[in-house]
Amino acid sequence: MSFIDLKGMLQPLGAVKQLFKKPHTIQYPYETNKASDNYRGLHFNDLDQCIGCGNCSTICQNDAIDMISLDNIDGKKGDSGLRPRIDNGRCCWCALCVDVCPTGSLNLTKDYIFVTDNPNDFLLTPGLDNPDAKDRLSYTCDMNTSLSLYDRVPMRELDGKERVKSFAEVVLGYSEEEARAEADRCISCGLCTEACPENMHIPEYINAIARGNDDDALRIIYDNNPLPEMCGKVCTRVCEDVCALQVRGEAVAIRWLKRYATETAPTVEMIKEIVDPKIEEPNGFSVGIVGAGPAGLTAAYYLALKGYDVTIYEAQAHAGGMIMYGIPKYRFPLESIDKQIQYMESIGVKIKYNTKVGKDITFDEIYTNNDAVFVGIGLQNPWNIGIKNEDSPGVISAIEYLKIINSDETYDVGKKVAVIGGGNVAIDGARVSARFGADVTILYRRRVEDMPADWEEIEGAEHEGINIVPQAIPTRIIKDEKTGKVIGIEYLKAKMVAEDGGRPRPVAIEGSETIYECDTVIGAIGQQADFDWLPENYKEDLIIERGKIQVNDLRQTGVTKIFAGGDSVKYGNSDAISAIADGFNAVKGIDKLLLK
Amino acid sequence: MVREKETTLYIGPQHPGITGNMMVKLKVQGDTVVSAATHVGYLHRAFEKLIERRNWIQAFTLLCRFCVPEPDPMELTYARAVEELDNREVPERAKYIRVIVMELARMQSFMLWYAGQSGSAGLYLTPQWSVGDRNYILDLFEDLTGGRIYHMYIWPGGVRRDLPEGWTDKTLRTMDYIEKRLDEYNKILFDNTIFQKRAQGVGIVPKDKAIEWGVVGPVLRGTGIKSDVRIDEPYEVYDKIDFDVPTQEGGDIWARALVRKEEVRQSIRIIRQAIADMPGGAYYNKVSNPMKWTVPAGQAWAKTESVRGEIGFHVTSDGGNKPYRVHVKGAAYTHGVTVLEKILPGQNIADVSFILNSLGVCPPEIER
Repeated sequence: MSFIDLKGMLQPLGAVKQLFKKPHTIQYPYETNKASDNYRGLHFNDLDQCIGCGNCSTICQNDAIDMISLDNIDGKKGDSGLRPRIDNGRCCWCALCVDVCPTGSLNLTKDYIFVTDNPNDFLLTPGLDNPDAKDRLSYTCDMNTSLSLYDRVPMRELDGKERVKSFAEVVLGYSEEEARAEADRCISCGLCTEACPENMHIPEYINAIARGNDDDALRIIYDNNPLPEMCGKVCTRVCEDVCALQVRGEAVAIRWLKRYATETAPTVEMIKEIVDPKIEEPNGFSVGIVGAGPAGLTAAYYLALKGYDVTIYEAQAHAGGMIMYGIPKYRFPLESIDKQIQYMESIGVKIKYNTKVGKDITFDEIYTNNDAVFVGIGLQNPWNIGIKNEDSPGVISAIEYLKIINSDETYDVGKKVAVIGGGNVAIDGARVSARFGADVTILYRRRVEDMPADWEEIEGAEHEGINIVPQAIPTRIIKDEKTGKVIGIEYLKAKMVAEDGGRPRPVAIEGSETIYECDTVIGAIGQQADFDWLPENYKEDLIIERGKIQVNDLRQTGVTKIFAGGDSVKYGNSDAISAIADGFNAVKGIDKLLLK
Repeated sequence: MVREKETTLYIGPQHPGITGNMMVKLKVQGDTVVSAATHVGYLHRAFEKLIERRNWIQAFTLLCRFCVPEPDPMELTYARAVEELDNREVPERAKYIRVIVMELARMQSFMLWYAGQSGSAGLYLTPQWSVGDRNYILDLFEDLTGGRIYHMYIWPGGVRRDLPEGWTDKTLRTMDYIEKRLDEYNKILFDNTIFQKRAQGVGIVPKDKAIEWGVVGPVLRGTGIKSDVRIDEPYEVYDKIDFDVPTQEGGDIWARALVRKEEVRQSIRIIRQAIADMPGGAYYNKVSNPMKWTVPAGQAWAKTESVRGEIGFHVTSDGGNKPYRVHVKGAAYTHGVTVLEKILPGQNIADVSFILNSLGVCPPEIER
């Protein structure tokens, strides 16, 4: 038996004094534990802020999050209408869902304890099942801690002072490195695809760019858009308006990424080599197309791929419609249009230029000689401004003005120009005038933030020294008594009045007449279609309401054989991507009609 | 002497005195172990395989589950391997935060070891104290990371959140408290004759075999060999911090306990220095969208010093958005299988759990 150390035996007994100290433990229910401000407890989702992008569900490594539809939430553009439901039996509270939530709607709360006798209660629809948890938020995620990348890679542009000197392209495009970095930001939620009139495969081609597969990206793009170069430069990009990242930060530059993808194939041969279009054997059917705008070209391209014999009849000397004649060349250069048209022709699309239907060829002839007809005539005739002296020399519509300039002809706008309108056409007219050295002012009825023009266009105009006068209602054009030429425009200042909570409306302030002296007035308040070429008997059957041809979802008109698309039909917005969607859908309609 | 009959006994698989399920099959004669065989397979969850199906960020949430008592070194080791593959810079501040987290993890893990070691010797007061005190460290973790046990805090590129306001002060206060408590622990455990008698000369890992068997960490240092990844191949900012690596001669449970006892004091020293020296600035190098993040193809091996010794991650990338293979080598594999089977013969049955605890075995780490 070894010696037993008495001190070593007795010393531990000193622990008895601990009895008189406050214990570690919490004396529940007299005391409760307070969760830290960072605690990862049950979820809470702000249902109004959430856009249903599903990023939380994608990142969840336990498949604990399902996206479900709720009774009181409907999907709309930029909101899938779905909301996350958490299976708390699977959740491990890693909170990655919170860190990747682009809107910041999903958070964790301080809820320590959850007791239930119903196993179904483990399925929690945060926000719906626990609305009161909003007051107990703990683990949240702001833009600094978020894993989302909110800042867009800036696009390089010509300097404002430099670019008004010529029609050189303003936007310089992304470098490969910039494109990869920008593509990397996309979270692939697909809200953009839903919003795009043409439902382009946006997350897919952005993914391809992010991975460095530019060829794949181009192939994916050409799958349902034969004019990507045009879309990559001038698309109205509703996709970016609904991007999940724009809720808190800047949308992914979807348009510029598409532009980047098309720039990787600078020649027609390269496009053909990469896209490698599969042209089916001729199927014996022929289709006649009126108008070589985006709608007609799209229909022609996909019809040609499917083996149809396609001929486009175009009144002008160049194909492209409004993208050729309506869009200034600093936004969309001639070479780009030519490249796209040449590619179309190389796969078998026939275009008859300078052939105006109703003059050089009758519509009856096209109708009889083809198995189907597609009408994509666009909106050619400008609306009148509707004020006094509008017919004076020096007053021109933006559409006519742009057409003259884009046809390489000249029009002298003088030293000072007033542009009326707030859409993209108005901005185009203003920026083109600035390139001829004019001092340009835009008069718009509403506020700058109400302008329908693309924000980048507005910004571009401002950088080029164009003055925008908002809340200005033109009342009359002032002409020189002797020469009859325009010398100014009078307008009333307006205040914005919201009636019944509706969109604020400009109301003229009496006595606020202001005169702006100018040499030219450019009107850009909208266009309408010209149906004069169409024989009367067709007009009735086509059903034209409010200047637009009525069509079904396959873009079929009241006449079985006639399909229509583009700005002159009722579908979608008046923009190129909607026209492309019309053309694409009409191909399905024609297929259904002829191939059954 | 009458030769007693050989009997087979099973220790485990329900928590045989350690964290996690594992079984030791013993052949005993009387009270003496004749041979021992470790049986695992009771909590295999295929972590390594699961990681291959998750992208680089998702994978990090699984890592803590390799070892419940000390999840943080797993996160750090994985992060360092991925950073090496991806050439990711880690902000200086993040490195300091990581060191603090690692040492807090070491301390809370020590508290748990302390509970297990004394509990398996039949001393039940110490577990009550140490688990209570451990909660003060877990409080710090909760404030910092939002989680008490599984922190999921250290990820490739830095750490997940910056230090909350007032956190460093609270940490320093907790350190002062724990330091005082360590003296009291000495009185009830290290000065306790019962513990001394139980621990001295039991479960000896021979110094000349230690390296050969692959022994690491406090068990190796308990044989008198000075080996610590923090000193031998410093990572993060351990090379800028002044601390000692304690060693003891003997290789028995007592030597290992003394090493651990001193290590906690060193951890407190490290934390105080790290808090004093910590620079400002970024805590996370955010460069890529986690959904798309791909890591260049290649292989990386990173190792860190956990409380149980060196752990290493061998991460292989094929250039994709998921790890191609992640192989984990922790201390438990050698300690729980090789070493245990070699040192148990000749020991008393009552000492089996006691020895298991002193080796720092974490079964989930054996069955990745």
